[in-house]
Amino acid sequence: MSSERKQKAAQLRHLLETEGPLIGPKVSSKNRDRYAAAERFDAWDSTRDEARAIKEAAIADLPELLEQLRESVEANGGTVYVADDAADANRYVTELCDEQGAETLVKSKSMTTEELELNDALAAAGVDTYETDLGEFVIQLAEESPSHIVGPALHKSREEIADLLNATFEPDEPLETAEEMTRFARDYLGERIREADVGVTGANFVFAESGSMALVTNEGNARKCAVTPDTHVAVTGIEKILPSVDDFGPFVDLISKAATGQDISRYVSLFTPPVASPTLDFESDEPIEFGEATAERDDPDDDRAFHLVLVDNGRTELREDDQLRETLYCIRCGACSNSCANFQAVGGHGFGGETYSGGIATGWEAGVHGMDSAAEFNDLCTGCSRCVDACPVKIDIPWINTVVRDRLNRDADPDTFDHLVDGLSPDEEPSGLALDKRLFGNFERLAKLGSATAPVSNWLADAGPARAAMERVLGVDRRRDLPRFRRETLVDWFDDRGPRVAADDASREAVLYPDAYTNYVLVDRGKAAVRALEALDVRVHVPRVRSSGRAPLSQGMISTAEDHAHHVYAGLAEHIDAGRDVVVVEPSALAMFEREYERLLAPESADRLADASYEVMEYVYGLLENGGSPDALGSPPEAVAYHSHCQGRTLDLEPYTVAVLEACGATVRTSDVECCGMAGSFGYKESYYELSMDVGEELADQFAGEPVVAASGTSCQEQLDALLGGEVPHAVELIAP
Amino acid sequence: MTVTDDFLDALDDLDVSHDRTTLADLPATLADAVTDPAVGVPLHVDASLPGSVATTFTPSELQDAATGVTPARLGIAEYGSVVIRSSAGGDEPLSLYPERHVAVLDAADVVATGRDAVDWLASEVAAGRGSHVLATGASATADMGGLVEGVHGPNEVHVVLVEADTE
Ligand code: SF4
Repeated sequence: MSSERKQKAAQLRHLLETEGPLIGPKVSSKNRDRYAAAERFDAWDSTRDEARAIKEAAIADLPELLEQLRESVEANGGTVYVADDAADANRYVTELCDEQGAETLVKSKSMTTEELELNDALAAAGVDTYETDLGEFVIQLAEESPSHIVGPALHKSREEIADLLNATFEPDEPLETAEEMTRFARDYLGERIREADVGVTGANFVFAESGSMALVTNEGNARKCAVTPDTHVAVTGIEKILPSVDDFGPFVDLISKAATGQDISRYVSLFTPPVASPTLDFESDEPIEFGEATAERDDPDDDRAFHLVLVDNGRTELREDDQLRETLYCIRCGACSNSCANFQAVGGHGFGGETYSGGIATGWEAGVHGMDSAAEFNDLCTGCSRCVDACPVKIDIPWINTVVRDRLNRDADPDTFDHLVDGLSPDEEPSGLALDKRLFGNFERLAKLGSATAPVSNWLADAGPARAAMERVLGVDRRRDLPRFRRETLVDWFDDRGPRVAADDASREAVLYPDAYTNYVLVDRGKAAVRALEALDVRVHVPRVRSSGRAPLSQGMISTAEDHAHHVYAGLAEHIDAGRDVVVVEPSALAMFEREYERLLAPESADRLADASYEVMEYVYGLLENGGSPDALGSPPEAVAYHSHCQGRTLDLEPYTVAVLEACGATVRTSDVECCGMAGSFGYKESYYELSMDVGEELADQFAGEPVVAASGTSCQEQLDALLGGEVPHAVELIAP
Repeated sequence: MTVTDDFLDALDDLDVSHDRTTLADLPATLADAVTDPAVGVPLHVDASLPGSVATTFTPSELQDAATGVTPARLGIAEYGSVVIRSSAGGDEPLSLYPERHVAVLDAADVVATGRDAVDWLASEVAAGRGSHVLATGASATADMGGLVEGVHGPNEVHVVLVEADTE
């Protein structure tokens, strides 16, 4: 157990030092470009809704669409083959090459053929295969795997690529600049394309009604691969089928913006193969025989053959899986990788499985390669949810990761040390669950015990031997400060003190939700929240309600989280009936109410709680907008540097905190990193401590020298405490009287 | 701002140069716009290619051509794209192989948005003209450690916009 964790930590440390620094800046800049492109495009959100609806319907209708597609491609003069699995697909393509006597084959970039390992099959069949996308070309020469689904060679520096090309081709003048290398590759690969017998491309979309397909590219190699050789083979997953070209619009508008931040890629090709364009035989001295450029119809050129290979390879099963089906809506844009702080730090060779990388890879790998491949990296998703905003088809990527984690937990072998945490864990989970997961998943119970025995529990937890044992057995990294439990909880404090605004004088009544951190550890931010609300004439209640279930959910303990959700709803429903608002300090708890409870509670209950719930600064903002005076609040320091919580960002909460601080007279500077890196328990874990600190460094750099730094999430506060030294308050502590 | 203005602005943003001309002046405009040797697809508008643009040539002459002239069947103002039809006339390879692509576009064929273009594409597909590429600027890559224009496709795109003669 412990040595596995150390191995994982060592693997990630290696990537943090080698590939991470190369890939990080490139994907971060694509991420910023995506924000800018979405900003420039007014209909970003509504177009995402359209795209989502089209994919949902298309996957629902997949069997019918598949048949319709087969008929239309065949009517156009092409051939369709549906391959059950990788071996089946590879067999079809290699046999086709054999029949045609094909010696060389050129390919444009396709993750699906990576999934199939088609190149290996072609090599075994004696077909010389050339990748013509420059990134894939580099990877093929280096005999490596893609580190990013859109930019396969992003982990390589220009110098490394130059060394590779110079060593492989020994050009007269060594290649050095990007221009020289591009020109060299263009010429070399151009020749390969001109002499190739078969061209293989992927397909970004396939249209059932007309048998058309679309390719979205920048380099132009896919166009050449499709149009130059006589035989074009398109290999793609069955999930790429859309009903008709009428459905193409939202995807044209979204895919490039999401992928690279370009408004549109250089080439968006729509083919209805076999195409009318004449084939090109570069060995012939005869003039090309052109037909009519303005013909009424573009009928296929007689010399052309087209094969569409549609790959199942686990997709039908994914389609039947209610929890993971969404994976099939994915259009492989890579935005979830670019927006992910952990991906930025280690790249796709760390945050990825056999073929796919980034947040959605968990779904793809579980579907096409199996749970073992998903298990390799699934823990790297911290549930920060930044990819949720990035995804052009609105896939709930964190949920897919949670579901796979839950299933992995259930498959795990019972652990001999279970008894150590059994006393802490009234959870609903199987006994094989990893101890660290069980420990962190039962944080509420741990906090309750810790608080009841504070300060002794804190002293014990700090003691060297205890930390060593925690690391060895539970995987809690000894370099990380542990939370310090408070003897007096927020609820106890409030019980003694009672509400300070009389019911008759109150403008509103609210429940301050005591999440486990605010209740047991960061009690001061809870008290500050109570004082701020009361200063604005809100009658506050702080009932004893269970923790939100965020802690177990992030360990993949879905049943336990669901149990929390039922208790929380039961504990708050009557307050909501009494017209009270629910005010939440901890953004990760609010995100449970607003996002995940949809999946854990009856729909009406989830809606009701979500509608009644507000983040504390959002609520204060509302009070100020409705006539409350900032003068009633305290005065914050003149300048505040504020880091919004990742899940808070996804809920668009940052503007409220900024507005309230400004209304109270502060000038505010905000960070633009996606996540602090701590992400609940993630940064405590021995395997991930260094990755967590690495991700946090960027935030620390942005705030270096700032006199006052504030945050909203417990994790962010802890992480910034560790990185900057000193105590980082919650923003509400800066404005509470 | 008209769609034409928007389209021309979008071309500027992409570093795509352009000429504005009339049908009568088109051959002369094209003669100036091409770099020799030039190959071309017979135009979809009522004008001929200048004599310097070959319409009969071998594949290796296509490979060696400096300029390819093709019809652009549509322009998209939102993106600065030209839509190249993959006809039997060879629009696709001629817009792809030579380093300079000169696209001849009737100003009446400029639409405002990508969505308008997809609507048009759908009607083309239904009419049996099912293969087109929305080409936006020069071919590009960042795979070699820096952004480079001119990869497998052209590194220069020039649009010749044919407007109605106002005289
Ligand atoms: S899950 Fe969404 S963001 Fe990620 S690659 Fe797929 S479409 Fe893009």
